[in-house]
Amino acid sequence: MSIAEKEQQLIDDFAIYDDWMEKYEYIIELGKDLPLLDENEKSDERIIKGCQSTVWMKAAIDDGKVVYKADADAIIAKGIIAMLIQVLSGEEPQAILDAELKFIKEIGLQEHLSPTRSNGLVAMLKQMKLDALALNMKK
Amino acid sequence: MVYFDNGATGQKPQVVIERINTYYQKENANIHRGVHHLSQLSTENYEAARSIIQNFIGANHSEEVIFTSGTTEGINLVAQCYGELLQAGDEVLITEMEHHSNIVPWQMLAERKQLTLKYIPINEKGELRLELLDELLTTKTKLFAFTHISNSLGTINPIKELIEKAHAIGCKVLLDAAQSLQHCQVNVTELDVDFLVFSGHKVFGPTGTGILYGKKELLNAMPPYRGGGDMIKTVKMSGTTYNELPHKMEAGTPNIAGGIALGQALEWLSQFDFQEIEAYEHELLEYATKEIKTIEGVKIFGESSNKSSILSFLIDGLHPYDIGTLLNQQGVAVRTGHHCTQPIMDFFDIPGTIRASFSFYNTKEEIDYFINALKKAVSMLA
Repeated sequence: MSIAEKEQQLIDDFAIYDDWMEKYEYIIELGKDLPLLDENEKSDERIIKGCQSTVWMKAAIDDGKVVYKADADAIIAKGIIAMLIQVLSGEEPQAILDAELKFIKEIGLQEHLSPTRSNGLVAMLKQMKLDALALNMKK
Repeated sequence: MVYFDNGATGQKPQVVIERINTYYQKENANIHRGVHHLSQLSTENYEAARSIIQNFIGANHSEEVIFTSGTTEGINLVAQCYGELLQAGDEVLITEMEHHSNIVPWQMLAERKQLTLKYIPINEKGELRLELLDELLTTKTKLFAFTHISNSLGTINPIKELIEKAHAIGCKVLLDAAQSLQHCQVNVTELDVDFLVFSGHKVFGPTGTGILYGKKELLNAMPPYRGGGDMIKTVKMSGTTYNELPHKMEAGTPNIAGGIALGQALEWLSQFDFQEIEAYEHELLEYATKEIKTIEGVKIFGESSNKSSILSFLIDGLHPYDIGTLLNQQGVAVRTGHHCTQPIMDFFDIPGTIRASFSFYNTKEEIDYFINALKKAVSMLA
């Protein structure tokens, strides 16, 4: 599935829920599927700055595709990073760099998260793209 | 919505909002300069606000009331200007429960002037460990800066006793009243406090306003804060002589509308009986504390027997941001995080708390709604 198709699937999944408390329940559920980092991988340099909660992320390249793993100390932050990973993980670095990620706006995540949390979302996305860029240059 | 973030800022009464409108619609002119009618009118109103504020805090002289942009600026002003009078080796005493704005300016001053900065630690109940006071407050201590009420814990400090102890050894006192003037009566003359600072927006006035009260002889002895218009008597290319108080400390065009509206806010607040406000807010705090304890895994931070209407807590295993996000989604505004008091969080070894802070316009029905919303959030996250 392409990034755009994965995004569309998330948009469709969220469309089922009427109110935002239900959407949050779904975000919390998604957090449970997050590909977790091992405890010894949760080092300070893997902390994403700009998030209200502590979020760790690691990117590696596997057969030309970027594979992300992450963890967070807050459950909703876990759910958000899980969505980003669901869409971007397993893609080629250039595709990640080019991704526009319209699902964030279409689901309404930005409006429904506090500004600082929304900054956290932006910070997560920025880090994922930076990692993809670094891995692309190493290639 | 339910607004329980009064520790951060208060909602504004209609009279304050209208006062700002009226100023800009009918009175807008720069103060202290023009001979024209509007300038005189706005000067009169600005100075009348200063008198209202003077009376509200019980100051002896209106020139002891300096307009600032808020508590932070007030503390920085004292750190910079009173700090200029201190010598290398002098000590400044603060406490572990201070807001960052009553820590960082002193750290900066200590570095600049080679002073020693000491602090009174807190205990598990979130109270000052006053048994250590005699050890920390010595003849070397030139300034003791502390908060009246902790913004994170709600602890009300024994200010009268602390001021007396400091004065007994010739140490000056700065009282951070940012969390207290909206909850209880504070009289600078009765307290004999040397400096007092507060923010306008927490006492139902506009943001970007605040007050530094300082004893006249101290303010006179201090160098000016910033150079510019209004703070001067004469300016020649060879040098400048400074204006009298309060203008010496108020360079540049001030926040005129803000100052006038702050006066209006305190006039509005004066119509209420502070004893009744205290009793009612205490009732709200007791009720919320009792109700929240029915939720499993709740831990309250700040368990002093003398507490203001601030309820800081965590729920076992749950992150404060998750709780704050889900409360927000249900229309409840609380604060999550370290509340600009990282040393307190370090003491308890926690990343932050969830803080509900009540004002006298809040109700028990709102607390019921908050508790239910909290239970719903917990059930979703557990």
